[in-house]
Amino acid sequence: MPITIALPNVLARLADGHRTVEGSGGTLGDVVADVTARYPSLRPRLVDEGGNPYPFVTYYLNDEDIRFAGGFGAAVNDGDEVIVVPAVAGG
Amino acid sequence: MTTITTARPALSRVASAALVGRPGADTGRSDPGHSPAAPAATGADPLPLLCRRCGSRYDPAPIAICEECLGPLDPFYDRHRALPSRTTIEARPASLWRYREWLPFDGSPAHSLDTGCTPLVEAPALARAIGVARAWVKNDSVSHPTLSFKDRVVAAAINAASAFGLGTFGCASTGNLANAVAAHAARAGLPAWIFIPHDLELGKVVGTLVYGAHVVRVRGTYDDVNRLCAQVADRFGWGIANVNLRSYYGEGSKTVAFEIAEQLGWRLPAAVIAPMAGGSLVTKLRKGFAEFHLAGLVDGELPRLYGAQATGCQPIARLVESRGDRLIPEIPQTIARSIAIGNPADGLTAAAALRETGGWAAAVSDEALVRGIRILAESTGIFTETAGGATVAAALALAKSGHLRPDDEVVLCITGNGLKTVEAVTAALGEAPIIAPRLREVEPLVAALAGQQDPEPLVAASH
Repeated sequence: MPITIALPNVLARLADGHRTVEGSGGTLGDVVADVTARYPSLRPRLVDEGGNPYPFVTYYLNDEDIRFAGGFGAAVNDGDEVIVVPAVAGG
Repeated sequence: MTTITTARPALSRVASAALVGRPGADTGRSDPGHSPAAPAATGADPLPLLCRRCGSRYDPAPIAICEECLGPLDPFYDRHRALPSRTTIEARPASLWRYREWLPFDGSPAHSLDTGCTPLVEAPALARAIGVARAWVKNDSVSHPTLSFKDRVVAAAINAASAFGLGTFGCASTGNLANAVAAHAARAGLPAWIFIPHDLELGKVVGTLVYGAHVVRVRGTYDDVNRLCAQVADRFGWGIANVNLRSYYGEGSKTVAFEIAEQLGWRLPAAVIAPMAGGSLVTKLRKGFAEFHLAGLVDGELPRLYGAQATGCQPIARLVESRGDRLIPEIPQTIARSIAIGNPADGLTAAAALRETGGWAAAVSDEALVRGIRILAESTGIFTETAGGATVAAALALAKSGHLRPDDEVVLCITGNGLKTVEAVTAALGEAPIIAPRLREVEPLVAALAGQQDPEPLVAASH
């Protein structure tokens, strides 16, 4: 079972209109690379020039902020869910 | 690849942006979870938007994120627009809309016309306690109608929601924003959906439910609530004040700076201290002071800006101290719930605002912030919540460390009311005795104090 990435609406148009896409790999970075290989327009929005997440875009792996879980190096398993959330203001 | 859900193909950058946030726009079908039929757009016209990172420009829309680079979008103001004089502003009604040329709308707003213009209170005893020449409290603890500075940002957001014809208004909140969104939505006749951490203070929950809002308590921290709300905004197309209406919402905070400048007699203080949660307030204070300076309404040096956090959640303070450029999120552990944001969206910008204005940040313990609440109460008569206690305690710490100087004129931004967080100070205040309504029961209470020295006051008496 692949890993699911939920995209914000603002990026869906770059994935042929899909708000949820699937990828595979051993780490989150691998999965992101897999997805962005199929949707190249997503790449500069999902990773910076060094291949790392932008500070203003948060990735959650199974509801946990990946910055607490190893970043793009975090190991992933089949069926895992990733959510991509651009920064949101305080409340 | 398997498609699970689909979005309507984009028509163009601007057109697709405008579609985001409309009920059913992303699926092209109705859904029982969607908003009721959107009301007709009313009120002022929101301004176009400009990406702070890449400069992409967008038509007015309920979007906050650039489609090109995911950078934040800011309202685009025509720099050639006519600006009012001091006299013109002074003649306008006492609300934040007296500064409307610096708020993100063309035309007359339709809602929340009576928010803003809170007192600026000089506090000589507090100045002595801190060790500065003069101190004022910008007292948003009496903001109308919900007793926090969030009324300002929501006054902007509700007008944007109305102008875009959004049928439902909402937010993710640590409490004060929940109160404000619920109240302003009720006044405007919009249904409200409010998402809060499950363990928020009772006063803030009741102060939201009372307006008839749909309140959802989410198991987790504010950062968890925030993430959920970003998805809710996408899914249901509601107007979420601090998500898809954020570009308009944030501008309301500038009015704190405008009011401080006007209330000081059209001049600037040396330093301003404000609490930091998501980090937006200090960035908007900087923008507000700079805009008045650029307009020629004030002159002199722009204030040094200082930020207050709790030691149990201080990602921005740590960033300032490290002089780094990458924020490290934290899991909050503090009683200061209103500023317990471990992943602050404006953290980088806030840290830059503090450093570049010559200011700094301070983080204070829960014990110190409770003491700060009591110091403010005893010295000014103002009862603030935990964020205000952190601000006072941070001022004391910043003076002790030499960041605030003896000749400084300082404004403390007190952003919320203590009646919302009585749990925080109850244990520190002791019990009030209960007696029968008889004079002889009062006499021993008075006698017990006779000959005793009063406990040392937290703030020295005035001379």
